[in-house]
Amino acid sequence: MKKIILWVGLGLLIGSTATAQKYISDTGSITFFSDASIEDIKATNSKVTSLLNIASGDWVFSVPMTEFKFDKKLMEEHFNEKYVESEKYPKATFSGKLIGFSPEATGKQQVRAVGKLNIHGVSKEIDVPGTIQLTDLKLAADARFVIKLEEYNIERPKILWKNIAEEVEVTVTFTYKPYEK
Amino acid sequence: MKSSFFCLCLILPLSVLAQEDLLKELEQSSEPPTEYVRQTFKSTRLVNSQTVESKGKGELEFIFAHRFGLINDGLYELFGLDQAFVRIGLEYGLNDRWGVGFGRNSVDKTMDIYTRYKILRQSTGQRNMPVTVSAFVNTAIRTSPRNQDLVEPLNFEDRVSYTAQLLIARKFTNNLSLQLMPVLVHKNTVDRVLENNDQLALGVGGRYKITRSVALTSEYYYRFDVPDENPYYDAFGVGVDIETGGHVFQLVLSNTRGLTERAVITETSGDLGNGDLHFGFNVTRTFQLKKQK
Repeated sequence: MKKIILWVGLGLLIGSTATAQKYISDTGSITFFSDASIEDIKATNSKVTSLLNIASGDWVFSVPMTEFKFDKKLMEEHFNEKYVESEKYPKATFSGKLIGFSPEATGKQQVRAVGKLNIHGVSKEIDVPGTIQLTDLKLAADARFVIKLEEYNIERPKILWKNIAEEVEVTVTFTYKPYEK
Repeated sequence: MKSSFFCLCLILPLSVLAQEDLLKELEQSSEPPTEYVRQTFKSTRLVNSQTVESKGKGELEFIFAHRFGLINDGLYELFGLDQAFVRIGLEYGLNDRWGVGFGRNSVDKTMDIYTRYKILRQSTGQRNMPVTVSAFVNTAIRTSPRNQDLVEPLNFEDRVSYTAQLLIARKFTNNLSLQLMPVLVHKNTVDRVLENNDQLALGVGGRYKITRSVALTSEYYYRFDVPDENPYYDAFGVGVDIETGGHVFQLVLSNTRGLTERAVITETSGDLGNGDLHFGFNVTRTFQLKKQK
């Protein structure tokens, strides 16, 4: 028993370095939606980058905060200037693992992403469901989850609290291609 | 069993490390983009002056400004509140750098039209630019007094003045922004004993944010080459900006009652040494007419 675990462990370690196969996405998109009593706010960021190591399941993505596009220019300014403070915290990142992902399987796979989401300088462990599909040389991934602004120290203004919901729904979509260095 | 635990202990931190490395690799896989500085100022107005900020594409700004009478007129005039000088104006963003606007000020019943263009934008990253520079030009027509009220009627040209101004601003920190404002005001017709047709001035101003929605502002204009007989003073103003969603409220104290460049820079009548200050406000409301995409 001891030996098996040791070998499996070593195998994993070696496997993750020797046959590491990485996929990159530089046109990922993240959309968030805030559904409040006065107005719905929606913003899309299509400059999200991501790397996925299909051998180890390690998955990271990076979101340049100033690239969120809103319908209203002023909202965009306030989002960056007052809420997520993008000059101080220019990027949101996720680093973690895809659980339940098999590089051999075909078709859509239900997976979970487990790891650290860092927004506004605050790191939180998250565990969210998503799907992933590997076809030929492409890999598509998407996930949908809810974050609470409070948990990331994003203050809602006292006067405008009716305009901004406590929770926002986040949708993440990536299309990957093999990454060669 | 001990060794398997030991093994797991080894693997777990390694896998977190691997993820951190992967994140680093990702960050290095692309060049940092050019980041343009946002909101050097909260509004297109500092106190009485313009700022480098133009409206975004498809944004319409409604500006409603008041300057009251002199505070030191005392209780009889309710500290100036019995009198009010008003300017109502609109500014529209043709694109993210170019805006046009017009307005009417009750001081001398002046109509003004103007345009503002952001020539340079402060940025970091691939393109490094230390300052934002905007050009501002306007034409103002004073419609008061009417010709029928004058013994010698005025020609249209006599009523016209022009302003050309460069606004050079830098957002030093998230809270502190400063602006230099060289300006030339040309008045077609003046009393040459009292004034020059061309008045050159240098303005300095700035804002300091005290909370994320409230900022303190201040500005001052030094006029060059003023004739000895000139009855006017250098313009000065301080203010508080309060931003709430689509509105910016600016409460100001200034020695000028005017709200156009001609009136502020060349015809400020309040003597600071005498404590001549006007209370006033600018209220702006921004509407997004076209969705930006």
